Amino acid sequence: QGIKKPFTEVIKANIGDAHAMGQRPITFLRQVVALCTYPNLLDSPSFPEDAKKRARRILQGCGGNSLGSYSASQGINCIREDVASYIKRRDGGVPADPDNIYLTTGASDGIATILKILVSGGGKSRTGVMIPIPQYPLYSAAISELDAIQVNYYLDEENCWALDVNELRRSLNEAKAYCNPKVLCIINPGNPTGQVQNRKCIEDVIHFAWEEKLFLLADEVYQDNVYSEGCQFHSFKKILYEMGPEYYNNVELASFHSTSKGYMGECGYRGGYMEVINLHPEIKGQLVKLLSVRLCPPVSGQAAMDIVVNPPIPGEESYSQFIKEKESVLNNLAKKAKLTEDMFNTVPGIHCNPLQGAMYAFPRIFIPSKAIEEAKAHKMAPDMFYCMKLLEETGICVVPGSGFGQREGSYHFRMTILPPVEKLKILLEKVKDFHIKFLEKYA
Amino acid sequence: QGVPKPFTEVIKANIGDAHAMGQKPITFLRQVTALCLYPELLANSTIPEDAKARARRLLAACGGVGSYSASPGIPLVRENVARFLQRRDGVPARANNVFLSTGASDAIVSILKLLVSGEGRSRTGVLVPIPQYPLYSAAIAELSAVQLNYYLDEENCWALDVAELRRAVTEGRRHCCPRVLCIINPGNPTGQVQSHQCIKDVIKFAYEEKLFLMADEVYQDNIYAKGSAFHSFKKVLFEMGPPYSEVVELASFHSVSKGFMGECGFRSGFVEVVNMDPEVQQELNKLVSVRLCPPVPGQVLLDVVVDPPQPGDPSYELFMTEKQEVLGALAHKARLTEEIFNRVPGIRCNPVQGAMYSFPRIELPPRARAAAEAQGQAPDMFFCMKLLDETGICVVPGSGFGQREGTFHFRMTILPPTEKLQILLEKLSSFYSKFVKEFS
Repeated sequence: QGIKKPFTEVIKANIGDAHAMGQRPITFLRQVVALCTYPNLLDSPSFPEDAKKRARRILQGCGGNSLGSYSASQGINCIREDVASYIKRRDGGVPADPDNIYLTTGASDGIATILKILVSGGGKSRTGVMIPIPQYPLYSAAISELDAIQVNYYLDEENCWALDVNELRRSLNEAKAYCNPKVLCIINPGNPTGQVQNRKCIEDVIHFAWEEKLFLLADEVYQDNVYSEGCQFHSFKKILYEMGPEYYNNVELASFHSTSKGYMGECGYRGGYMEVINLHPEIKGQLVKLLSVRLCPPVSGQAAMDIVVNPPIPGEESYSQFIKEKESVLNNLAKKAKLTEDMFNTVPGIHCNPLQGAMYAFPRIFIPSKAIEEAKAHKMAPDMFYCMKLLEETGICVVPGSGFGQREGSYHFRMTILPPVEKLKILLEKVKDFHIKFLEKYA
Repeated sequence: QGVPKPFTEVIKANIGDAHAMGQKPITFLRQVTALCLYPELLANSTIPEDAKARARRLLAACGGVGSYSASPGIPLVRENVARFLQRRDGVPARANNVFLSTGASDAIVSILKLLVSGEGRSRTGVLVPIPQYPLYSAAIAELSAVQLNYYLDEENCWALDVAELRRAVTEGRRHCCPRVLCIINPGNPTGQVQSHQCIKDVIKFAYEEKLFLMADEVYQDNIYAKGSAFHSFKKVLFEMGPPYSEVVELASFHSVSKGFMGECGFRSGFVEVVNMDPEVQQELNKLVSVRLCPPVPGQVLLDVVVDPPQPGDPSYELFMTEKQEVLGALAHKARLTEEIFNRVPGIRCNPVQGAMYSFPRIELPPRARAAAEAQGQAPDMFFCMKLLDETGICVVPGSGFGQREGTFHFRMTILPPTEKLQILLEKLSSFYSKFVKEFS
């Protein structure tokens, strides 16, 4: 609109979209999908044999050998098999059945579909869905769309955003008064909080779900994004299995993964899968029926997912470039995670928990009461007010904590660690300067 | 399971999936898409310049296919869709009224979600044609809306009859609140192409009864019969002028799955909304953002569909040849199907004016109907199962789409290659005659 601003560009540190911030796609993945899209390229000498081999296999799984055919609603068979093999490898040999694998249009599609199946009842028997606060707002949106009941449980900010079973129990018991809590959603690694839950914690959560007969929804799309020393991704499926038959044969679990995050960053493909454990066979039948309304997930996304679970292995021609690209992305993210945490913690009035995983910082910010007053006068949440001022004065776009939920009286914002390192450093400096000025202005 | 069958292969004439039946993709579409997926190909000398120019424009517009796009779609593609609509209809179209979607099915479900409300007697009623494409009944069931059937006129080439629409609405008002009128044109499974006059009458009816019009037009490129032409609801609406053009609420759907493209697996389509309340349109924006965005490779492909090569472009000739080949073959197969089926006493096949299916009516002898009942099967399901078991030919019983009580049909696609289709049609015809003999 022609108004002069004190910055030269808007820096979008608001969305978990790596490619939009300059991250490069993984060459091998793009080669395979390009070969599938335009099979004439199978004759081209500029594509490696291992990419062609995978492309041929995927195309053979497609009707008429074309990405343009509908697949089965559950997804292409050989890709589901590859996903099952991946899960088994990832989890140290815990078996995975391709029949329990459903390819989806991004993880969001799978999550919304499972929630649809689980939500029922009316009034006090309406399904309650337990979600972490802070949460990724897909959950609140889907719950709202389905007219289910949102049941909040607070992550422990003082303790690196850990899950606390006592808090789960508090939340569940309170909710029983007005709804039928049946579902427990976990995001691990967390969004926006970036914590990576430890093994003991996951065991405790599984035990809790078993006791209270809750359906576990494990959103694990950041499973490749683990940075902190001493942190490791443990899938809910693996821990469930390791806890023995009483748990493994009874706890209902759906785990989700996606092509959008990790080292791939392929958000635009809308690729994903879910693995369902202990789902009643009749329910599985209904699940396929429900999925069939939208026919099938995009086949190019299914192909992308296949490469994620079936990447080049040592000995293959493309392996060294693949590993180099993958490690480069992940090391870069790890570096930026540390950089961000350290930088924010030098700022008076900002406290940032370690970014153990995922792609975001969720620092807590001190907002002086004068600023809170002014926010109220503008009918804005205080952290929204802060973020708008940040945007207006520096061009930096982040998301206020109120968008994700937070304990009453605390304020946060979520910033991605996706901009390139040099830009991120400048960003962080700018945020620091802004914050100090903001504190002074509203002292 | 190892049981020997009297056939060598199952022939799937049941699903509207052209590539699965051997139809080839349009080269230019795949070239541009591959270029966008793997921009290194811009250096490949076997790919024509116009494809590269297109890819460069799209890449600049979306920042790469790996990024999320805006939830309603890449702005450049929405603009190109609007231009396409304007060229097609001669009526202005705005990019803001175009929402790209994950196939037409996705947009149809989203629109229905917006329209379904109320409880008990005020629950939204949705008028659907019988026979219908079962996405509608499934979505209505999922949303707990009320399905209101209106019968297409089989004696009259499956035409829409406003008197029948009126009957359906009036009856519907007794137990729900009819708000939506769904039209599939060209029709699935019936293949009729509605006349201009018919569309006008439907629009007038929707205006009078204050119904939201949903026009499923995914087969708009599949028109075969002489004397049939595709008239978009949007175009006719604006030809009718005010008050209709200012008042009637319309959502029109298109897709890359059908036409001459057959790109079902890419899950790409769009909806154009006309005269939608701006606040409702805002909610639609919010609703589509829950699933973030439609698949970007599909959006890229759609862009090429609505903005194809032009005369003079290097790829123009090949593109036109491929397109005409596909459509010509479909037209030929449409006529062939109608001809062969109509030779068989007991089978009556309306002209396949458009779309991709025949939906012939079959007479089933009373003994066959009794046998079906004994097995707890709909008679046409019984017929189709026997057909599958004895010939390997897979079609869909009419009961899956709805039909007038006491009539039986099946839906068969015209997608298998011509020679195979001919054999199929003949086998099916012989099977039918045998079947009738066996059960007389």
